[in-house]
Amino acid sequence: MAAAVVLLRRLRGVTAAPRRAAAALPLTTSVRGVSDSTEPLTIETSVPYKSHIVDPPPREVATTARELATFFRDMSAMRRAEIAADSLYKAKLIRGFCHLYDGQEAVAVGMEAATTRADAIITAYRDHCAYLARGGDLAALFAELMGRRGGCSRGKGGSMHLYKKDANFYGGHGIVGAQVPLGCGLAFAQRYRKEAAVTFDLYGDGAANQGQLFEALNMAALWKLPVVLVCENNHYGMGTAEWRASKSPAYYKRGDYVPGLKVDGMDVLAVKQACKFAKQHALENGPIILEMDTYRYHGHSMSDPGSTYRTRDEIAGIRQERDPIERVRKLLLAHDFATTQELKDMEKEIRKQVDTAIAKAKESPMPDPSELFTNVYVNDCGLESFGVDRKVVRTVLP
Amino acid sequence: MAAKSLREIRRAAAAGIGSRRCFSGDAAAAAAAAAGVAEGKVGGGAGKEVNLFTAINQALHIALDTDPRSYVFGEDVGFGGVFRCTTGLADRFGRNRVFNTPLCEQGIAGFAVGLAAMGNRAIAEIQFADYIFPAFDQIVNEAAKFRYRSGNEFNCGGLTIRSPYGAVGHGGHYHSQSPEAFFCHVPGLKHLRTLIPWDKETVEASVSKTGKLLVSHEAPITGGFGAEIAASITERCFQRLEAPVARVCGLDTPFPLVYETFYMPTKNKVLDAIKATVNY
Repeated sequence: MAAAVVLLRRLRGVTAAPRRAAAALPLTTSVRGVSDSTEPLTIETSVPYKSHIVDPPPREVATTARELATFFRDMSAMRRAEIAADSLYKAKLIRGFCHLYDGQEAVAVGMEAATTRADAIITAYRDHCAYLARGGDLAALFAELMGRRGGCSRGKGGSMHLYKKDANFYGGHGIVGAQVPLGCGLAFAQRYRKEAAVTFDLYGDGAANQGQLFEALNMAALWKLPVVLVCENNHYGMGTAEWRASKSPAYYKRGDYVPGLKVDGMDVLAVKQACKFAKQHALENGPIILEMDTYRYHGHSMSDPGSTYRTRDEIAGIRQERDPIERVRKLLLAHDFATTQELKDMEKEIRKQVDTAIAKAKESPMPDPSELFTNVYVNDCGLESFGVDRKVVRTVLP
Repeated sequence: MAAKSLREIRRAAAAGIGSRRCFSGDAAAAAAAAAGVAEGKVGGGAGKEVNLFTAINQALHIALDTDPRSYVFGEDVGFGGVFRCTTGLADRFGRNRVFNTPLCEQGIAGFAVGLAAMGNRAIAEIQFADYIFPAFDQIVNEAAKFRYRSGNEFNCGGLTIRSPYGAVGHGGHYHSQSPEAFFCHVPGLKHLRTLIPWDKETVEASVSKTGKLLVSHEAPITGGFGAEIAASITERCFQRLEAPVARVCGLDTPFPLVYETFYMPTKNKVLDAIKATVNY
């Protein structure tokens, strides 16, 4: 009975999740001079949407100067955080497996702009920026990466296992494609509770070839679940180019009976528009696939230099022509919403905040050794484990 | 990456599941030593000591060289694999026999069963043993019982699934596990001369001499292969044992991100267990 009460309270808590705060990241940056105007403004997406058995949304995206500045700030913070994570990994302060998101920031930020925190997000292991986009704390991120007590998973998960329940961020999963059916389960629960919310279920182009994805697609379509399947196509499944691994790299079409949309995942406004459209579609009609055409600058993980299966010229070319942050920088400058110097100042401020977060994370202690044995089960299961000195350190699993 | 994985591979052993024959003395001995259940004759017949990754690489070269119906495939094996075990194979034997697969472990395993059923030697790689679970059904139900349920009409005896397992020092939850015991529980699957069948005679001879036995593996202690060894030796050597069989294994917890050494059967734990056994 007590458990039921707790559960109910939790459910209510979820239902009553606050509407999206204006800013995704808890940063306080506001550089004087950068326009804060909320006057409506229309910008055309970089390329037209491609669609599969659905009419695409219009290319004209409504935005404001304030929103563009927020996008610039959030994406820059993510970029900076990932670059810092790279250094921390090389300094051996981050151990384990670590997958960086730089290059793909527009997907996380654009999606966040189109959703509320009542919508659920679930992703695989390239999850740092999804966590930040959901309002995750920079210091808690770095503490988790370093396996410290102050981490968002109390130092027990690490890079691949970030979670934020109060923002309906369901993490953080280690096996390619395994999170996709889970996302369908989340969506079923949302509909069952009659929440007007959807699940954004993220996977990569590598995972698109996993059998689980097709099982999930069928269930989602069969039961008309409010789920948006987001294929973050960064064109390489680990070290294999998409065309070597996929008969059809048109991932937005691979749902067959599930509608799909191909989106320029380097254009944050295109992502926002597509996610808004997909959310509405999912609520009314059931699942839809969004293929985000994006790019990761880093290798698959920290042990992959990312240069053996693609050319440096390719990476440099994308940076030059499609970088999501540079795109917004150009928009801000072209509309006179900010000056070059103002944006540089903003980046400098972000850098400072990231450094402060890292310093704070470093101060966080290691988890207590007893944490090894907690959370294996909800209750005492009577199993015995022992430490180096078998006579003294002997514990019954809590 | 290369230098690091070289270091890591010495510790991350390869668990071969199912094999018609041992490819080389080196590989078998190295796998045996790494599995930690038998006293492997490191170096084997060749007389030259090589590390495990080199042994595997050489064994794969031999397999592809001596049997034109052998194939090596898996995620990223085309450019050498993440542990570099397949280095040079695609260049030497061509991309028709050494090729990358999509990221689909269940598909890889099932495909391998079919390829082997046509009389070929299918050598499939699952990149980390932690990734093998999506392929569990194909291995346990399709591969292991093909011969039995077809009354010997079909088999996939030419199938080898190779997968590195074990702790690397900082692998965390999904790059560290040792799932060998799951597969040992499946009649029809054979491990590269290390576990099924394990060398009971050698272990028994040693226990007859010393009266003591310590079994160690990285997998959690409960239901681990150490329990099987302890039970078998107790059956065979009950009268000759001078102390209870000791097990120094992984903890019964998920593989942790931090405090890996607390989880692991480290040298101090082994030393402590040896002392307890000797002083029993």
